[in-house]
Formats: sequence, C-alpha cells, structure tokens
Amino acid sequence: MSETPPPPEGLLAELTHRCPLACPYCSNPVALDKAADEMTTEQWKRIFSEAAEMGVLHLHLSGGEPCSRRDLSELVDHAAKVGLYTNLITSGVGLTRDLFDKLVAAGLDHLQLSIQGVDAPQADFIGGYKGGYAKKREIAEWVTREGLPLTVNAVIHRGNVEDAPRMVDLAVELGARRVEIAHTQYYGWAFKNRANLMPTRDQSERAFAAVEARREHYKGTVVIDHVAPDYHAKFPKACMSGWGRQTMNVSPSGKVLPCHSAEIIPGLEFWSARDRSLSDIWRASPAFNAFRGVDWMQAPCVACERKAVDFGGCRCQAMALLGDARACDPSCIKSPHHHLMGEIAARDSAGPVEGFAPRRYARGDIVSGDA
Amino acid sequence: MMSDASRPRLPRGVRLHEDKLRDRWVLLAPERVVKVNPIAVEILRLCDGSRSLTEIVSDLAARFNADAERVGADVRTLLASLAEKRMVEL
Repeated sequence: MSETPPPPEGLLAELTHRCPLACPYCSNPVALDKAADEMTTEQWKRIFSEAAEMGVLHLHLSGGEPCSRRDLSELVDHAAKVGLYTNLITSGVGLTRDLFDKLVAAGLDHLQLSIQGVDAPQADFIGGYKGGYAKKREIAEWVTREGLPLTVNAVIHRGNVEDAPRMVDLAVELGARRVEIAHTQYYGWAFKNRANLMPTRDQSERAFAAVEARREHYKGTVVIDHVAPDYHAKFPKACMSGWGRQTMNVSPSGKVLPCHSAEIIPGLEFWSARDRSLSDIWRASPAFNAFRGVDWMQAPCVACERKAVDFGGCRCQAMALLGDARACDPSCIKSPHHHLMGEIAARDSAGPVEGFAPRRYARGDIVSGDA
Repeated sequence: MMSDASRPRLPRGVRLHEDKLRDRWVLLAPERVVKVNPIAVEILRLCDGSRSLTEIVSDLAARFNADAERVGADVRTLLASLAEKRMVEL
C-alpha cells in the first residue's frame, strides 16, 4: 500500500508492564517487557508530541499499571500541553492522593478504573490484591468529587459472570458516567488461562441480556459500552476498528503495534518508536500495512457484505485458533471453522469454577491452564 | 430535565475541539470523538453554564436571522441527544 493512510485518532501508550494486580484474564502478552527496557520520560514525550502533530486526538495511558511509572504526572502534563485528550486507564492500586492531585493539575481529562468484582471478597480474590476494592472505591470518590469523568471497567469471566449486571449498578453507585462491561478477550495470558475463565454459553447469554436490559433503565445516567463474548458470538468484533485504521499501540519498550496482541503473528516486522517517527511507522511499517484495508482478505471475507463493518474480525484470533492470520475470524458464522468456537467454549467451561491462574508480574513467564 | 431556564454546559472531560488536520470540529469525550456540524458548533459555544436555554435560542435566532421556534427545536434536539450520552449537562 503506497498511499498515505488517514491518520489515527487514538494512541494507546502502554507505559509499563509492571502491575501490582494478578488478574487471571490479563490480555497482555505472555512475555512481558522488563522495567529496564521501558522507554524514558523524554522518549515518551517525543512520541506524544509526534502523535498530536499527526492528528491523534485521544491518548490512552495504560499498561500494566501506569501509576507504576514515577514520571506519570510529567507525561500527562506534556500530553495535555500538546493538546491530546488524556485518558488514564488504571487499577487504582498505586494511585496515591498526592499523585491524583498532580495528575489533575497536569490536565488529566478522564480516568478509567477497573473493578474485578461487586464486593471486596470477590474483587480482591480475582485481582489477587487485598484491599484493592476499598482502594478503588476511595479513588472513585476522588474522581467524582473533582468533577472528572469516571469510567468503570469490568472484565467478565466464569468467576463473576453472574454479577455482570450488578457491575453496572456498582458503576452507577460509584458515580461513573460510563461503564465498560467486557467479556474476557482471550489473548496473551487470558488465552493460556482460557479453560479457567470461560463461562458457559447459557451464563454468557444471560449476562449479556441482563446488561443490555440496564441500558434503557440508566439512559442519561450512565453510558454502557458492552464487549461481547467472542466464543459465543455470531459475528466477529470490528477488532481495533480495522487494522491500522484508527489506533496505534506503543509497547513499554517502544515497539509500535497495530494491536497489543499483534506480536503473536509470525513474520510481521514491527518498527520501534525509539528510532523512527510515529508517522513513518504508521504509514510505512510492514506490520501496519500487512492487514490494512481489504486486499489481504481471502474467502469468505473477500466477498462479504460486512467486510467494511467488521474488517474480517480479529487477525490475532484467526492466528491463535486457526494458525492463519489471513483467515476469517472463526467467531464469524461465515467461517468454515465457526463450530470450533462453540466446541472450545463448551469444553473449557466444563471445568471448576474457581481454578484460575493469577498473573504475577514477577512471575510473568509462568502459565497454567490449557490453551 | 431540560427547561427554558436550563443553563446547559459541557461537563468536565468534554471538550469542543477544532480538528484542524481533518478540517472539522469534534466533541472529545471519554472514549468518544463526535463530529460536530457548523450549526452545532455555534450552539455548543454558547453552552457555558451562564446562559439559559431561552437566551441561547434568542441569541442564535437574532444572529442568523432565523425563526426562534425552529432554532429552539434544533437546540433542544441536539442538547437532549448529547445529555443522553452524558456529554452535556442541563
């Protein structure tokens, strides 16, 4: 592809892979970047400046736990000065009152807080961090009292699927303007741990319907963004709104990725923001051009009337399940392998309820569960 | 609820932004970029929490030499839709 693609609207900056929580559904890669390999403050600032110049509007500061970076408020301050809308995606653990005040003064626009459960025993068990739930409640209060918009984000799996609608209620109670209910996306650690996380089809469908039913009830109070369970879906998600179309990810060590799972696809060449400009990478890096547009598609995607709707679904899911990144995402009913999704889900969901493997940063290479 | 006395404003975390690179105006909000047409830009510029709905409508009607009733309907439709998305406070 030689012509210049329209610029991205969003940049996800994965500032660090360090994280004090141990969520079993972590979708970060199984091999995490080490603290010593993280980019410096100056490198991140340069990237944010370049992002703003090339037309990025939203900057998502994520990780790992971004509050693990000592320079977080300095980074937010710079991003705000170059005109980016700054969104902090945090577990809240590690966010002190002093840091919060500094982030507000630096011009933070929005805070997204993860919750793991609807009460302390459940949430602290799933997150693997005692006192985490209480800490999150405290932070939600700081955010709403300050007047900043709060998003509450919850990932749904076998250990909390029955509580999915109550997560929405909790978000409203915490004063969130927006709530994201995301059925687990099986990538990275979560993929390894899938057999311990997968709910039954019946559980998924009931949870999904119950959350949808909250939409009308909470209209004007909270905006519900709902991420469907891929393994129980009929059509695939429009992953990343299309490869290399709206968003770019920068890993802690500076690799620029079309999505944070893209490294599982063999043969892709990723360029680093350490030694190239962001706009060069967006325009010309082989990884971004590999699945941009529709020219790479094969049957049935190539002739599909939905190809501009969902862009063939997710390349990483096609790779992980079919061994072919160009294949139609098997979560689509038009895939000849769609039956696999239901079979895997049925097999995985038959396991014990509380058997998942917590993820620990220090032990990031230990996996359990049957992929 | 919206009334003539409502003083609409953009809440914290919602910004009217000129996206010069793409030659358009947008509202930036949590996880949302909403394109804003030139008429909506004029409306939203007046939504600063100090003006009532009545004042906003009469200002626009006078400035664009338009029928106040029609302007009022447009303003209400826009603000109701944004309020539902938590992008305007009434």
